[in-house]
Amino acid sequence: MNKHWRIEQDKDGIIWLHFNQADSSANVLTVEALDELNRQLGEIEQANPAGVVFCSDKPSGFIAGADVKAFSRITETEEAEQQIRQAHAIFDRIEQLKCPTVAMIHGFCLGGGTELALACRYRVCRDDPGTRIGLPEVRLGIFPGFGGTVRSTRLIGHLPALNIMLSGRALSGSAARRLGVVDMSVPERQLKAAARHLLSTKPKPHQPTWLQQLPGNGLLRPLVGRFLKKQVAKQANPAHYPAPYALIRHWTKHANHPKAMYNSEAAEVAKLISSDTAQNLIRIFLLQDQLKAQGRKSDFKATHVHVIGGGIMGGDIAAWCALQGMQVTLQDRAPEFLSQAMGRADGLFKKKLKKPLLVRDALDRLMPDCKATGVPKADVVIEAIFENTQAKQQLYAQLEPRLKKGALLCTNTSSIPLEVLNSTLKDPARLVGLHFFNPVAKMQLVEIVSAANTDPNAAQQAAAFAKQIGRLPLPVKSSPGFLVNRILMPYLLEAIVLLDSGVSGSAIDKAATDFGMPMGPVELADTVGLDICLAVADKLAESLPVNVPERLRTMVSEGKLGRKSGQGFYLYSKGEAQKAAVTEGATVLPALAERMIIRMLNEAIACLREGIVPDADLLDAGVVFGTGFAPFRGGPIHYVKSEGKEKMQPRIQTLKSDMDAGWADIFEH
Amino acid sequence: MVNAKTNLKGRAVYVVDGGRTPFLRAMGPPGPFRASDLAVQAGRHLLARQPIEANAIDEVILGCVSSGPDEANIARLVALRLGCGEQVPAWTVQRNCASAMQSIDCAATNIAIGRSDLVLAGGTEAMSHHPVLLNEQMVTWLAGWNKARTAMERMRQLGKLRPPYFQPIIALLRGLTDPVVGLSMGQTAEELAWKFNISREEMDSYAAQSHHRLAAAQKAGHLSEIEPLYAPDGTLHSADEGLRADTTIEKLGQLKPFFDRTVGKVTAGNSSQITDGAALVLLASSTAVRKYKLPVLGRIVDCQWAGLNPAYMGLGPLHAMAPLLQRHGLSVADIDYWEMNEAFAAQILACLKAWTESDYCRDQLHQEQPFDPISMDRLNVDGGAISIGHPVGTSGTRIVLHLLKVLEREGARRGIASLCIGGGQGGAMLVERQEER
Repeated sequence: MNKHWRIEQDKDGIIWLHFNQADSSANVLTVEALDELNRQLGEIEQANPAGVVFCSDKPSGFIAGADVKAFSRITETEEAEQQIRQAHAIFDRIEQLKCPTVAMIHGFCLGGGTELALACRYRVCRDDPGTRIGLPEVRLGIFPGFGGTVRSTRLIGHLPALNIMLSGRALSGSAARRLGVVDMSVPERQLKAAARHLLSTKPKPHQPTWLQQLPGNGLLRPLVGRFLKKQVAKQANPAHYPAPYALIRHWTKHANHPKAMYNSEAAEVAKLISSDTAQNLIRIFLLQDQLKAQGRKSDFKATHVHVIGGGIMGGDIAAWCALQGMQVTLQDRAPEFLSQAMGRADGLFKKKLKKPLLVRDALDRLMPDCKATGVPKADVVIEAIFENTQAKQQLYAQLEPRLKKGALLCTNTSSIPLEVLNSTLKDPARLVGLHFFNPVAKMQLVEIVSAANTDPNAAQQAAAFAKQIGRLPLPVKSSPGFLVNRILMPYLLEAIVLLDSGVSGSAIDKAATDFGMPMGPVELADTVGLDICLAVADKLAESLPVNVPERLRTMVSEGKLGRKSGQGFYLYSKGEAQKAAVTEGATVLPALAERMIIRMLNEAIACLREGIVPDADLLDAGVVFGTGFAPFRGGPIHYVKSEGKEKMQPRIQTLKSDMDAGWADIFEH
Repeated sequence: MVNAKTNLKGRAVYVVDGGRTPFLRAMGPPGPFRASDLAVQAGRHLLARQPIEANAIDEVILGCVSSGPDEANIARLVALRLGCGEQVPAWTVQRNCASAMQSIDCAATNIAIGRSDLVLAGGTEAMSHHPVLLNEQMVTWLAGWNKARTAMERMRQLGKLRPPYFQPIIALLRGLTDPVVGLSMGQTAEELAWKFNISREEMDSYAAQSHHRLAAAQKAGHLSEIEPLYAPDGTLHSADEGLRADTTIEKLGQLKPFFDRTVGKVTAGNSSQITDGAALVLLASSTAVRKYKLPVLGRIVDCQWAGLNPAYMGLGPLHAMAPLLQRHGLSVADIDYWEMNEAFAAQILACLKAWTESDYCRDQLHQEQPFDPISMDRLNVDGGAISIGHPVGTSGTRIVLHLLKVLEREGARRGIASLCIGGGQGGAMLVERQEER
């Protein structure tokens, strides 16, 4: 009968309500779990306890949120609204309990989980780094719908609450304590004592200060709303991401009027959740799990990683691995080539870990190793030296006899085919491509590259390793450009063709960002480095119909390499591109975007046809996480499919005929 | 193997390998590394190249004269940071300038008597991080301030504050002053210069030679035990910073006497340099050498400690070396290379003189005959603390390790490393390269 919740009453009359969702590693507020909670609340009302503590039996955390998988099946606004109202009723029941209530939080407490905690009178949390409390709904194209907008603004004040909901950021235990989201943030050993303390002393619940309540004043709200809209507009285009704007509208209209606010929440969130934007963002969120699943096919676990090449990529990969708890040795020819990498690592650790002791430990885990002493002890060896076949092969010849039995040998090559690199190995099957993207700390995707003769087991181990260091593994076939660069390159080259025809870089970039790309192609080329773009383009041109613009070659030979050299297509001052004002009108820009995006879509379909990735979903996930392709459009293949044959066909007709091949089969699937 | 003649009775003790940081100049603001950071950076390279995991080590023993306030029992902190694991015990030893020879002695003893098979020993010192303390008057005043409750009391207490209260105590300088005779270490060197009639020119000439020898060693790549230091800001420190390769007797002659102002002879130029640095060695029993197939750099044969008048602490090495030679029936000619820590040029020169003086040998060292002179070609051949620097808690391990490296390079057999110790002591260690297992 009770599948997910368990009541336990102690000698003090306190009921401990344990949430332990059946058949799941994390607690999720499914419809079934909510129904059962509702029944349990009925029992609790009868029992008349001294207090109720909501707690989780899952090591991973309190409650990870509402059931996102079920969201993706919601198509009817009415259905969504009815479910939201049901949750409102249950959470209201928690709030109405006569006895004091505490949410006892550890690990993940997100979305619906936080909203449940907010319905309790008090909250306590563990003060370790695992604690993450937040309302990340905007990232899925909706906003908190289980009473979160009402209770958060009431508890900690309007602006702090809106800040949390609009940014979707998660709070650490101490940050949550400072804001008043939780009443106490304590070490694990005191967690239960803290919950009991609150139940027995029954202090006055946290309240926002007068100043924090002020923006909710009816006269000020429109002003505050306008200010917030301006702030959000810097981050998100309203045409692409309507949710934060809907939240601001909802708050401006109804704040401080709980009843109206609950009603509006139900109506607005239901509307958002059935929109294409939210459905696509939810799709991308779930695709993340599909990528992670690629890393679950092997139980390979690494503790020591040896990285060769102290350049930007090698150094940053090494630092990332150390940040994720690995023992790392970083090799290059001489100490001079490693000191900069160590400096960058220190910056990364300070930014991510903050606490000096944690920073120190991470630095201790990362050892510069010019003498390659780490090789025989490493579980994973990653080669990230310059793109030269001979140099890499020579290096492998030195490495191979020194490798530990069962160690993974990986290359970060972005352009040399794996079957060429592995040809000189004693065991060619063991080399796997582990293709990271720049900047390593930001780009979640890692391409796991296999040639025809690569050991599938090694590839699965590489995927497991990528997952272990918190990256998303995407299995790809070894072919020029793999997936991401191959799809990106025609788009970048088309942008350069447009530049050559006299269109300004800023117009091209605006066209692309208007479509939903995070950065325009001209600035992206400058950021990646024009020398690297040229190298990849040249490699692609060997086997694919790619024309490398002369302009790119000239600029590289003149030393105009982009952001890193201070000049590329743009001039850079203090790292900022100096962009001219966009004069092109609203009709020109979409046409520009179309020319570039169609190239990308065309290449995506070609990759799918050639089986570069196992399926369309993984392709979409790879392109979104590897290039930032407009996530609210759900990925290139999904975009083509959802536009439909009638709309897509004429768009292709206007472009060159070499694109046509393959368009047909996408609609057959 | 049991050697009946040694002080180190029991199983043989082998030096597997060792490493040190470059020594960084420490006059001025606190340097980029604390003492534990230095030891970790020196130790992790040493451990990484061994065929063992760090947790195979039985114990970690480090010398350190003054660790930071967050580094109590610094050896344990370093052991944990090196990944030796929670179950590996660690302890810190202090015998002033010989702390890092003391740590090797302790490690060797524990191996010899069978308590341990594999010990990481060494020393670390961040002299630029030595504490600056409030003086006693200020501490008294602060106690009063903490007691003051009312505004009136606080006003009254504020009124009692006097400028001299702000005079800080530089722990580094206090530590370099003998607490019994009240002389600074430099003044004990002046004492020796006076007693043994050593001229300023002799001192400066010795100091210049120290720099020139280090410069030649750097050029020839004879300092392979150095592992570069990487500062968090990305700065690389790959060589000893104290080196003045182009220094001359004339240049050194221009420096003013530092300890006995105006008329003294000991200057900053002919004294060891205040520096930050760490040095570590891995010691093993023959059981461990066989079990893990460890390389062997040499063997710790014996160690001797001695005491003397604190005012003449600089002669300490002689008092330790004499019984060592006697016990093993060795003459000066039997020793292939010598390392004698260059605390002061005057002190080294006084040692060399007293060693061959019949009066000193008879009265102080109880020798019927004076010793044969130690050849300058065999002593501190790659420079010493005057050019390299003298992080007080580290030098003992540096000279033992480097001596073994010199023996290895020259295909030689025996060496003695010795130091003078503030407070009136001397320490000497007899090492051998002779690979019997």
